[in-house]
Amino acid sequence: MSDPSPNVEGWTCPLPLRDYPTVVLGHGGGGKLSAELIRHLFLPAFANATLECLGDSAVIDVAGSRVAFSTDSFVVQPLFFPGGNIGELAVNGTVNDIAMSGAQPMVMSAGFILEEGMPLDRLGVIVESAAAAARAAGVELVTGDTKVVDQGHGDGVYINTSGFGIVPDGVMIGPDRARPGDAVIVSGDIGVHGIAIMSVREGIEFGTVVESDTMPLNGLVAAMLEASHDLHALRDPTRGGVAATLNEIAEASGVGIEYEERLLPVPEAVSSACSLLGLDPIHAANEGKLIAMIPSAATDDVVSAMRSHPAGAGATVIGRVVEAHPGVVVARTAIGGSRIVDTQMAQQLPRIC
Amino acid sequence: MKYLNEFHDPDLARKLIDDLHRITTRPWAIMEICGGQTHSIIRYGIDQLIPEQIEMIHGPGCPVCVTSLELVDKALAIAARADVTFCSFGDMLRVPGSEADLFAVRSRGGDVRIVYSPLDAVRIAQENPDRQVVFFGIGFETTAPANAMAVHQAKRLGLSNFSMLVSHVLVPPAISAIMDSPAARVQGFLAAGHVCSVMGYWEYEPLVDKYRVPIVVTGFEPLDVLDGIRRAIVQLEAGRADLENAYPRAVRYEGNKPAQEMLADVFEVTDRAWRGIGVIPRSGWKLSESYRDFDAEIRFPVGDIETQESPLCRSGEVLQGLIKPNECEAFGTQCTPRTPLGATMVSSEGACAAYYQYRRLDDSKAPADE
Amino acid sequence: MCLGIPGKVIEVYDQSGTKMAKVDFGGITKEVCVAYVPEIEVGEYAIVHVGFAISKLDEKAALETLSLFEQMGVLAEELDTGS
Repeated sequence: MSDPSPNVEGWTCPLPLRDYPTVVLGHGGGGKLSAELIRHLFLPAFANATLECLGDSAVIDVAGSRVAFSTDSFVVQPLFFPGGNIGELAVNGTVNDIAMSGAQPMVMSAGFILEEGMPLDRLGVIVESAAAAARAAGVELVTGDTKVVDQGHGDGVYINTSGFGIVPDGVMIGPDRARPGDAVIVSGDIGVHGIAIMSVREGIEFGTVVESDTMPLNGLVAAMLEASHDLHALRDPTRGGVAATLNEIAEASGVGIEYEERLLPVPEAVSSACSLLGLDPIHAANEGKLIAMIPSAATDDVVSAMRSHPAGAGATVIGRVVEAHPGVVVARTAIGGSRIVDTQMAQQLPRIC
Repeated sequence: MKYLNEFHDPDLARKLIDDLHRITTRPWAIMEICGGQTHSIIRYGIDQLIPEQIEMIHGPGCPVCVTSLELVDKALAIAARADVTFCSFGDMLRVPGSEADLFAVRSRGGDVRIVYSPLDAVRIAQENPDRQVVFFGIGFETTAPANAMAVHQAKRLGLSNFSMLVSHVLVPPAISAIMDSPAARVQGFLAAGHVCSVMGYWEYEPLVDKYRVPIVVTGFEPLDVLDGIRRAIVQLEAGRADLENAYPRAVRYEGNKPAQEMLADVFEVTDRAWRGIGVIPRSGWKLSESYRDFDAEIRFPVGDIETQESPLCRSGEVLQGLIKPNECEAFGTQCTPRTPLGATMVSSEGACAAYYQYRRLDDSKAPADE
Repeated sequence: MCLGIPGKVIEVYDQSGTKMAKVDFGGITKEVCVAYVPEIEVGEYAIVHVGFAISKLDEKAALETLSLFEQMGVLAEELDTGS
C-alpha cells in the first residue's frame, strides 16, 4: 500500500528556510507559491492531460461537442466591498472562466458554505446580487448546495461556483496558443478590483472612489469572436494580476512577451493607491477585464469590436508576443529602460521602503 | 499624482541621460544608500541608460535587509506566543529567520498583522486590552519619528499592553563603515532623501571632509535619481567633493525639528548589528530610559538565540557593495525569491531581489525558477 | 526608509491631542499624522511616510527643479554650437 502523503522533499531545495510544511496564505495568492501547490500536489494526484493544460476552463469532448467546464471558489474578505459583494463575484468569476475558452456559459451550480451566525438579511443581499449577475450574463443557476459550519469557521460565507458552455466549432483558444507576432491586448483599466478590496482591508484601509470592476465578459468575447474566429489566447487576470496572466501564457505557449509600460491603462486612483502602499498595479487583481493574444492581422477588427462593447470600451494594445526569451515577460519602462515582469511570490505586501 | 508623475517624464529623463553621457569621461563608482533608490534604479532601468563607465554600487539602505538575524529570530519567538498580537510593516513578513518567517508563524496560529502605520498598532492595543500588542519597529531615520510617536502615544495613554521591538539603524555611521573598509571603492554617495527630510543633511559635512567624497542628497523618482547621479558626476569630473542637495522640495539643511525633538526624547544611540555586515558602533537607536518599559526585548526575554545564517549567503558583501547579486554563486539557483537564503533576496528593496525580479535576463546563468 | 509620497492636505483636526490631517493622494485619501509638520495648512502638500507627514513639500522648489531639467538640453546645445 503506497504512502498517500505527498513527498515534500521533492518540492523545495534542501535549505530549511523555505520549508512550509503547512499551508500558508501565500498558497492562495495566485503567485509562485500557488503554482507550486498545483504543480506538486494536485497535478500528480489527478494526473490527466486536460488538467495539465491548466486553462481557466477545461475543454472536453462530449458527444461530438466541445464543452468548456470550469469551477471557482470565492473567499473574499470583506464580503461587501466598494462596487459589489461576494455574490456577483462568484457568478462572474465562473462565467468569465468559461468565456475564456470562447464558450457562452449555459448553466451554473453554486455551493454555499455558511458560517453559523451569519445574518440572513446580509446573505439575502449576497444571493440577490448573485441572481442579478446570472441574469445579466444570461446563465441559469440550475443546481446548488448549502452547508453550515460552526461559528468561528468560515468568515461568513464561502461560495463555489461551477459551470459549462459549448465552444463554437473552429474556435481554438487556450493559454498554449499564443504565437510570436500576436498582439497583446488588455480590455480596459487594470488593478481596479485589487485596489477596491485593499481600500477596505483592515490595517491598510484608505478612502477612495475606486469600485470593483466585477462584470461578465461573455458578451465581450462573443463580440470579439464575431470580428475574428481566430483568437489565440484569452485569460482574465484575477489573482496575481496582469503579470501572472502574461507569465502563465508565456510559459504555456513557450513564447516571450514584450510590452510598453506607458501603454498600460492604469486609472489615477489605482496608481496613487499603489504608490501609497508600494505596490505595482500589474500584480493587482482584476475581475472584469481580459487579456487577449490575437494574430496581428486581426488586431484592428478585434480592438474595434471590443471598444464598441460596454465591457471593452478601454481596450488597448500594450505589446507583442515574441520569439525571444521564451517564458519571460519584459516591459519597457516609462523612461526607456527594460525590466522583467515576474509573478509575485505570494500576494503583494505593502512596503515601507 | 501631483509632484510625483512629473518626475517620471520620459523627455526630461532623456535630457538628464544625454547630459550624463556628455559629461562623463572616466569610470566612476557611486553608491546609492537607500533601498528605495536601488529599487528605482533597477525597476526603471536607470543603470542600463546611464553611461557604462558609471557603476552604481548598491548600498545597505534596506532596513528590512539589515535587521539582525538575532532580532528577526526574537521577533519570531515573540510572535509565536499565544498572548501576543504581533504587528509589522508588510515587508518584514517574509524575511527569513534561522528557521522560519512571520508568515510561517502566522500559519501555525500566531496572531501576526500587517499595519501601514505604527499608530495602527497603538489602536489595536487600545482595542484589545487583554492582548499584548508588540510592534516591530524597524527602519532608518525616516521611519523613526513614526515609531517614536507610537511609543510616545502609548505612554501618554497608559497602554501597558503595548511594546515595541526596536531595530533602528542610522545612515552616517554606515557610510563611515563602508569608507573605512579596506575594500572601499565608492567615490561618491547619493544620500537618502527622506532620511534627510527628517535629520537634515548637516550630519554629512564631516563625512565629506573626512573622506573627500561628493555626497548628494537625492530623491527617489527616476528624474531625481538621474539628477543625483548627474550632480555627483559633475563634481567628480571637476575634482570636487561637496555636500549638495538635489531634493530641495522635500529636504532642508536643518531637517525636521519637531521630529528630531521627539527622536531625542524617545531614542538613544546604541551599537547595532547589521545583518550580513556585523556590529557598527553607535549605528542604531534603542528606546531611551524613560521609555524602557515599552521595550519588547526586555518585556519578553527570549533567552539566548542560536542564530544560523546560510553559509552560502553573501548578503553582507552585496550590502557593502563588494559584489553584485549576480556574482554570488547561489544567485538564481539555490537563492531565489521563492527560496531566499538571505534578506536581500526577500525584501523588494534588497538588491538581490531587485536583480532577480527585474534583471534575470542579463545573467548568463539560467535561473532555477520553480 | 524611503517610500514617502506627496499628498495634498484637505482637512486638519485634533485627535486626542495629536494633530492629524486628511490627505489626498491623487484620488486616494488617508488619515495622516501631521504632528511633525504642525504649521501645515489645508491646500499645502506634504511628504508622507507610513502615515506621517515628515516634511512639507516646497512647491516652488519642485517647479524650479523641473524647470532646471527642462533647461538642460537647451544649455548644452548652446554650448555645443558655441564651440
